[in-house]
Amino acid sequence: MNQIPALVRVFSYISILTVGGGMAAFPEMKILTVDVHHWLNFAQLIHLYSVGQMAPGPNMMMIVSIGQWAGGTLGAIAVLIAFFGPTAILAFVVAKAWRKLERWPWRTSIQQGLAPVSIGLLLAGGLTLAKGAISGVETAMLAVAVLLILLQYKVNPALLVLASAGVGLLIPPK
Amino acid sequence: MNEANVVPALQTATGPTGAQAEVSILQIFLELLIIGATSFGGAVPYLRRSLVTKRHWLDDKEFVEMLSISQSLPGLNATNMAVLVGEKLRGILGAIAGIIGICLPGGLLMFVVGMYYHQHGDHAFVTAALKGVSAAAVGLILFTVVSLSKKSLSHNIDFVFIVMTVIAVNRLHLGVPRTLIAVGILAILFHHPRKGQKASAIP
Repeated sequence: MNQIPALVRVFSYISILTVGGGMAAFPEMKILTVDVHHWLNFAQLIHLYSVGQMAPGPNMMMIVSIGQWAGGTLGAIAVLIAFFGPTAILAFVVAKAWRKLERWPWRTSIQQGLAPVSIGLLLAGGLTLAKGAISGVETAMLAVAVLLILLQYKVNPALLVLASAGVGLLIPPK
Repeated sequence: MNEANVVPALQTATGPTGAQAEVSILQIFLELLIIGATSFGGAVPYLRRSLVTKRHWLDDKEFVEMLSISQSLPGLNATNMAVLVGEKLRGILGAIAGIIGICLPGGLLMFVVGMYYHQHGDHAFVTAALKGVSAAAVGLILFTVVSLSKKSLSHNIDFVFIVMTVIAVNRLHLGVPRTLIAVGILAILFHHPRKGQKASAIP
């Protein structure tokens, strides 16, 4: 009944997987929150993540909603601390050491090596999201249109996501 | 606009890190709270404008350096940056004030939105709008993949590491931790330090 220990376990684990951005942890988050713990279904996870892109601040704030659904207000607070605590402590501890390692040659190797892996994790997360979000020709065209507009023009992505809500209303339901 | 050009000149006259001792915990909290409430569509440009251009709490070089640390560590760029900036200005309390400030507005918003969606998410109108929003989120991620690839890749073989990572996670279902360790170590070894190469921060 009390989901809070499970929420803390899952989100502190997901926390340390967010290398290069929150989306890196999306495949694991889907498995744990949807398949294992049934706090929400896959469509709801996609919707919350996508709506979260319109919110200001760090872009994974949708975790608060999952915490609220599974454990009420306490659940939301627990998830917030579990998700941001471990990486915040790590950043705090590592930052000083990392700065001192400025002349250590492997530091550059680590940065250069992690760059493609974190892009790969982001893409893998994006493809997991696409499996649920792209349901036909219309949604595929909308995703490509957003990509092309962002590549071509300097538009605020949050505005494009908002505009896409309007486009969604025009797509005929299946 | 003119002011923004004049103030940094004064700042350097008093030394690059001269003014930082005066920043209070409350100031750190409020500044990051404002960023947390206004940074629509990605926090990094807002952080730069506020911390470097407006407040002069960091110079441009420090900002790029902190960003590169934020990107190499697990955690979101926005929250890692808040911790690093807070730590630099006022130590542990500054770091705590920073991360709470940047998380609070978006967290409260998603708390309310989540409750609303839980109750009304199955209405046809909402479902249709969310269909568009989710498709746009996919486009947004693809854009981030393209722009990060242009910016942060240093060798053509990096595209092989990207493909290996995607296959490991989405096809082989190895999970993120094992993929990160396996492909990560391979990629770091490939980028091993070469003779005559100087260590430098990747922006």
